[in-house]
Amino acid sequence: MDVKPRVIQIIAEQAVLETSDVTLESTLDDLGIDSLGLVESIFAIEEAFDISIPFKANEPEASDFDISSVATIVVGIEKLISEQS
Amino acid sequence: MKRVVITGAGSINALGFTVDETLEAMREGRCGIGELEFRDVERLAIRIGGQVKGYEPEESFNRQQLSLYDRFTQFTLIAAREAIGQSGLTFTGELAARSGVVLGNSGGGMTTLDDNYRTVYEDGKNRVHPFVVPKLMNNAAAGHVSMEFNLKGPSFTVSTACASSNHAMAQAFQLVHGGASPVMITGGSESMLCFGGVKAWEGLRVMSKDACRPFSANRNGMVQGEGAGVFVFEELEHAKKRGAEILAEVAGFAMSSDASDIVMASKQGAARAIQGALEGAGLGPGDVGYINAHGTGTAANDKTESAAVADVFGAHADRLLISSTKSMHGHLIGATGAVEFLACIMAVRDGIVAPTIGYEEPDPECALDVVPNVAREADVKVALSNAFAFGGLNAVLALRQFS
Repeated sequence: MDVKPRVIQIIAEQAVLETSDVTLESTLDDLGIDSLGLVESIFAIEEAFDISIPFKANEPEASDFDISSVATIVVGIEKLISEQS
Repeated sequence: MKRVVITGAGSINALGFTVDETLEAMREGRCGIGELEFRDVERLAIRIGGQVKGYEPEESFNRQQLSLYDRFTQFTLIAAREAIGQSGLTFTGELAARSGVVLGNSGGGMTTLDDNYRTVYEDGKNRVHPFVVPKLMNNAAAGHVSMEFNLKGPSFTVSTACASSNHAMAQAFQLVHGGASPVMITGGSESMLCFGGVKAWEGLRVMSKDACRPFSANRNGMVQGEGAGVFVFEELEHAKKRGAEILAEVAGFAMSSDASDIVMASKQGAARAIQGALEGAGLGPGDVGYINAHGTGTAANDKTESAAVADVFGAHADRLLISSTKSMHGHLIGATGAVEFLACIMAVRDGIVAPTIGYEEPDPECALDVVPNVAREADVKVALSNAFAFGGLNAVLALRQFS
């Protein structure tokens, strides 16, 4: 499965935006995704790619998963897919 | 002490999506009980209930809200929107700071529990949606009502099984009566009509397979329902000052505990709650024109409740009207007192007493005027609403005509 378009689709759905409004440079903040929206996005991504994301909701910065932009999320997922497959 | 009046009412249940629809069905003696429709229903022995049918959640809530709202929360918000809309209140400043929401509920997000147990046990998955906890917690509905309407005062959920709503409304009454809050949103909601919810009740063997026939000699058990009832309790002077329409006055209440058995109702416990409600409201037995019975349709409850009413009211027991609307909307467990409170409002405001439908054979042990099958006109000054819960926890409310 191609990671980038699927991630953009999930994030756009969560942000109630068109996929064209979500770019690799977008941050979750830019897209108006709050903390609940973030954990729901992580859940949807885990379901979509059948991976487990090491994300701690109470300590996002300490997680071994960079959520600072759509691009870093895509990179993180690709890494997890290769590690966990 | 402050007088407490009702300035708004809302409901969704098997009889209708609004208070008007519900009261119309009650006037017509219509039955909302039918075949249950949900996953795995074919594995149940009990397949009837007062289910809310034709309800489209998407018409009331957006996708993000639905990811957070269990069915019992959705019902609550729909009823709260109707009630608060009718009251005409908006909550800002000092009013918002002191007003809150007290709701009754028993099972919490049963549908959410059921769905997610399936996910982890039946489907063997190891991941559940992140909002399982905020969806299923009993106080989710109260929390969402507080958020949607900016209620920043005392808010909590009361859980006393089948008396939850009555206990909740008693708490709301006290908060307004004692002057702590000018307005309280109160009532209750329940949604247990899913496989696990009905299966659990099946285990008790108190459920009817065909109908709820309270007080009828051939009654054979209770039928579950679902939905919500929400009211705006407001301090009288506050309501008058803004020219609000007053539906009725909450005159008082009482609570009692049987301290005897976890499921069997006690005549003494029920009688003490009824007697206490009269005393709390400053009423004599002769003032009461109508009682909305707990009337579950089980052999034990209806007999015990009739005996308790006879004990408290003496000769007047033969003159007052008593009916169980559970015959129409089913037993809404934690929401039941709230939906049944609508029948009390209709009695004191409109002079129409809702019937006990499904009544087929008189039972000498329930020898009261149970308004069999057809609604009746009566000038009711005071109505009582009985709720006697598992656990032996009872709460009775008194409603007075406002004029």
